[in-house]
Amino acid sequence: MSDIPGDLKFLSSHEWVRVEVDGTVTVGISDHAQDLLGDIVFVELPEVGQSIDAESDAAIVESVKAASDVYSPLSGEVIEVNSLLEDQPEIINSSPYDDGWFYKMSPSDLSEIDNLLSPEDYSAVCED
Amino acid sequence: MNKTSLHTTHLQLGAKMVNFSGWEMPITYTSLIEEHHAVRKSAGIFDVSHMAVFDFNGGDQIRFFEKIFANDIKKIANANKALYGVLLNEHGGILDDLIIYHADDKFRLVSNCSTREQNAAWYKKYAAEFGVEVIERKDMGILAIQGPHAIEAILAMNEISTSINDLETFGCMFAGDHLYARTGYTGEDGLELIVPNDVIVNLWNVALDQGCVPIGLGARDTLRLEAGLNLYGNDMTIYNHPYESNLSWTVDTQEDSRDFIGKQALLAVDQSACQKIIGVILKDRGVLRPGYEITHKQGKGIILSGTYSPTLEASIGLARVDQGFGDSGTVMIRNKELNVNFVSPRFLRQGKISS
Repeated sequence: MSDIPGDLKFLSSHEWVRVEVDGTVTVGISDHAQDLLGDIVFVELPEVGQSIDAESDAAIVESVKAASDVYSPLSGEVIEVNSLLEDQPEIINSSPYDDGWFYKMSPSDLSEIDNLLSPEDYSAVCED
Repeated sequence: MNKTSLHTTHLQLGAKMVNFSGWEMPITYTSLIEEHHAVRKSAGIFDVSHMAVFDFNGGDQIRFFEKIFANDIKKIANANKALYGVLLNEHGGILDDLIIYHADDKFRLVSNCSTREQNAAWYKKYAAEFGVEVIERKDMGILAIQGPHAIEAILAMNEISTSINDLETFGCMFAGDHLYARTGYTGEDGLELIVPNDVIVNLWNVALDQGCVPIGLGARDTLRLEAGLNLYGNDMTIYNHPYESNLSWTVDTQEDSRDFIGKQALLAVDQSACQKIIGVILKDRGVLRPGYEITHKQGKGIILSGTYSPTLEASIGLARVDQGFGDSGTVMIRNKELNVNFVSPRFLRQGKISS
């Protein structure tokens, strides 16, 4: 199993979220997800300023093989997107937890984080 | 699930396996894009043993194929060659596409995996009339070695007659029960080896020793799409006739006395009015996928196959469209109208981008 950073929380649909020191959150997809997708060739990111509900569509990621929806782990307003992914979507394959992040948001209800999976629980989901 | 004789080998190579028409097959080994480039730049090897192989014995085989095959078998009846074409029903609908090989007065046929039972029943239904025995060769597997260095690698393997070097495109030869053919599904030079399952693992390993890269079904799909080759089930089905499937070149109606199945239905088709398959290149960011709607100046159409092309570094697809399409139009992707150019379905010729 790929290693999963301990400071992340997950949806079972393979998105991760990290709470930053300033109270904003960063969202991406897991190493397991990028491995399942294969070579990623296109990403459609949300708009800055857009409000997104937890577990609703936030982005689309396309590999050579297929298109997949990316769901938001938390509710909030998008404050920044990773524009690097427009020209180099393959960064998601090589660095899913760092350079390959999708967007940052200002969460509207941080208590939603209790609904998410711990790294251990997410790891168990991947092994099913 | 059905497994080819290379199943364990694929797992040892770390392949991701998928269910392909009831067969557990490798989709990728490393990266689809890297595998794709290996075939375009060097040589790749594919296990396509899931495909159906048929031999024929006795009777009047020429007349049998004249009846069931829309292409004219007489084109290869006196040659050591392969002939591509389609099997039609009485309505001109495509039951399958296939290749018939002929060498040393023997025919061998390779058709798709998903249509195996349908085709076996169809061949047997018509073979009886001509005294032909249909033999499904479940003991046969198929390897495809493809790419600009494929022939060089095969010769270096020292396992296969050097005569394969003299075969022209679509030429073929038997060596005992082994069939070697200068055919493929990538648009590159190369060889397909239709050989008994018990020699497949050894041939595969020796080919890898000569630098051939294992290629999964994922890259097989992007390679065939760049070469403008149809995929049965995506680009044409039983509900399509060859004229609306970019396959009019495989239908031979020249000989009045040859009444193949589906011919009368095809003769009634107005080819100047029916839809056509064209190549589509997406000019904006995104990826074309099957089912997306195309609009052009004089009509509409639909994407049949769509993917990202590693060679063109853009998204390409095949679409079936109304006539009068011109050279550009639009495609709807998730409620956004994006720009597309229309081109020949052969995006690549001999591995190079068509100009």
